[in-house]
Amino acid sequence: MDFISILSIFVLACFVGYYVVWSVTPALHTPLMSVTNAISSVIVVGALIAAAAAGSASSKWLGLVAVAFASVNIFGGFAVTQRMLSMYKKRERKDG
Amino acid sequence: MAETAHAQPAWVLLAYLIAGVCFILALRGLSSPETSRRGNFTGMVGMAIAVVTTLVTHFPGVGLPAAPGPGEASIFLVDTQGIFEIVGAILIGGGIGLVTARKIQMTAMPQLVAAFHSLVGMAAVLVGAAAYLNPEAFGIAVRVTPIASPSFVNIFPQSRVEMGLGVAIGAITFSGSVIAFLKLNGNMSGKPILLPLRHVINLGTLIAILGLVAYFTQDQSPWVFFTIAGLSFAIGFLLIIPIGGADMPVVISMLNSYSGWAAAAMGFTLHNSAMIITGALVGSSGAILSYIMCRAMNRSFISVIAGGFGAVASTGDAAAIDRPYKRGSAEDAAFLMKQAEQVIIVPGYGMAVAQAQHAVREMADLLKKEGVRVKYAIHPVAGRMPGHMNVLLAEANVPYDEVFELEDINSEFAQTDVAYVIGANDVTNPAAKTDKGSPIYGMPVLDVEKARTCLFVKRSMGGVGYAGIDNELFYRDNTMMLLGDAKKMTEEIVKALG
Repeated sequence: MDFISILSIFVLACFVGYYVVWSVTPALHTPLMSVTNAISSVIVVGALIAAAAAGSASSKWLGLVAVAFASVNIFGGFAVTQRMLSMYKKRERKDG
Repeated sequence: MAETAHAQPAWVLLAYLIAGVCFILALRGLSSPETSRRGNFTGMVGMAIAVVTTLVTHFPGVGLPAAPGPGEASIFLVDTQGIFEIVGAILIGGGIGLVTARKIQMTAMPQLVAAFHSLVGMAAVLVGAAAYLNPEAFGIAVRVTPIASPSFVNIFPQSRVEMGLGVAIGAITFSGSVIAFLKLNGNMSGKPILLPLRHVINLGTLIAILGLVAYFTQDQSPWVFFTIAGLSFAIGFLLIIPIGGADMPVVISMLNSYSGWAAAAMGFTLHNSAMIITGALVGSSGAILSYIMCRAMNRSFISVIAGGFGAVASTGDAAAIDRPYKRGSAEDAAFLMKQAEQVIIVPGYGMAVAQAQHAVREMADLLKKEGVRVKYAIHPVAGRMPGHMNVLLAEANVPYDEVFELEDINSEFAQTDVAYVIGANDVTNPAAKTDKGSPIYGMPVLDVEKARTCLFVKRSMGGVGYAGIDNELFYRDNTMMLLGDAKKMTEEIVKALG
């Protein structure tokens, strides 16, 4: 992909982000933060490339540490979001 | 030239795009609690796609050319042994993450989010450093072999800018989040720490970082790269220490935004659409949350970043204690609420500190049995992060359709018999509406004083809110102060009701 395609994706994604985030109900702002935390750890992709590559031992180790850090976030972020979301319940309907 | 180095099979590009779309759907799901769980699951699927795609394309046997021609830039050099170490790193990190997610108390959520932000920031810095040390593996460099001198690797100037910015934002996110964590966790005082000349120092450092990123395109020596990283760590630290506890909701949203921009910058470096889409989503998410928080405090973003809010000690402390006020007991409160038609509960950070949310829900249940309508009113900046109170109430099994945002419920206070304010202060202060000299003037507040009776749970009369100002409300005729620990007081009311 050339720079312009990448930039186009980025700019359009900013707009998508703007509208999607405004539609998030304020009651779920904390889960929003924890889930954005989890997904921003997609940076693990870069860490995996570094950890998988040969040619530089220091680069490889930096990559491995980054993989571990990002994994804390991915697993922790999604799990804690799930835990929070499972607590949001509607009023129980009383019969009659 | 950059295009050829980044050449990837179409299915790989497609897979990253799908991962990006999954992340968009994950956030879209949060528009209502019903769809949110499915959204979160979609997010997990997206992450799995991104990770598996990367692993598959970077280990031999599948997809990409692994063997470079002689003298040619090798795109992906692969160490087959690496897979065990990678799986090990994922298991260790994932294990820590899962255990933390399970054990963490809901009241400690702001700290946890700050800690997670710092990890994203650090991961970005590490990836940036790894890319700098081994640029060929990332496809962002060419090997140049001049006649009669050893060959060297030349990183594309454009990639240097992207890398430099990614590392800088990552480092700021890291050190800023560490300070935010220490403040939220109580390891460091929530009081702003004001250095002399801090604005000059901060601005100078920021300019130096940008200058170095520009210079990095001319000179790829290690000192440039590591000075950018070092200065960025310093500025993250300097930016957050002067910001006081009450402004933490803005800080934490802002750092959320930074972690997104760091991921996006790395996405530019790696030409990875999943990272770019995610970075843009998270970046805008944090920016919007910061904006909402600033608006809810009627402060400009610049004034929050400049810091120092709440540093000025209130002048009226001693005088405040001498003013007459009405003090009530748990029994009085129970009696008043039992007689009421409608009670609105206004929780604040104090409820979180005292862990009183369960007692509050018990009290509400007993009131409902008496035929009282119970609602909850949440100010956007109540607590230490956006939506903090909502999560605590949800944890205590309060149905989310009884919980209302400021603009949806504010008109109801006038028809309400009792407002039960627990652990909130500044967000109810009528001075925000009337006193032009007040530091919180113009901030939207909950009109609790319009309720027939306002019950105010507070530890003592001496303390003031985080804005460091006295609350006129305490001395009103229709206010009854319930002095004591928020949890104990509420439990006593529960006893009196039962």
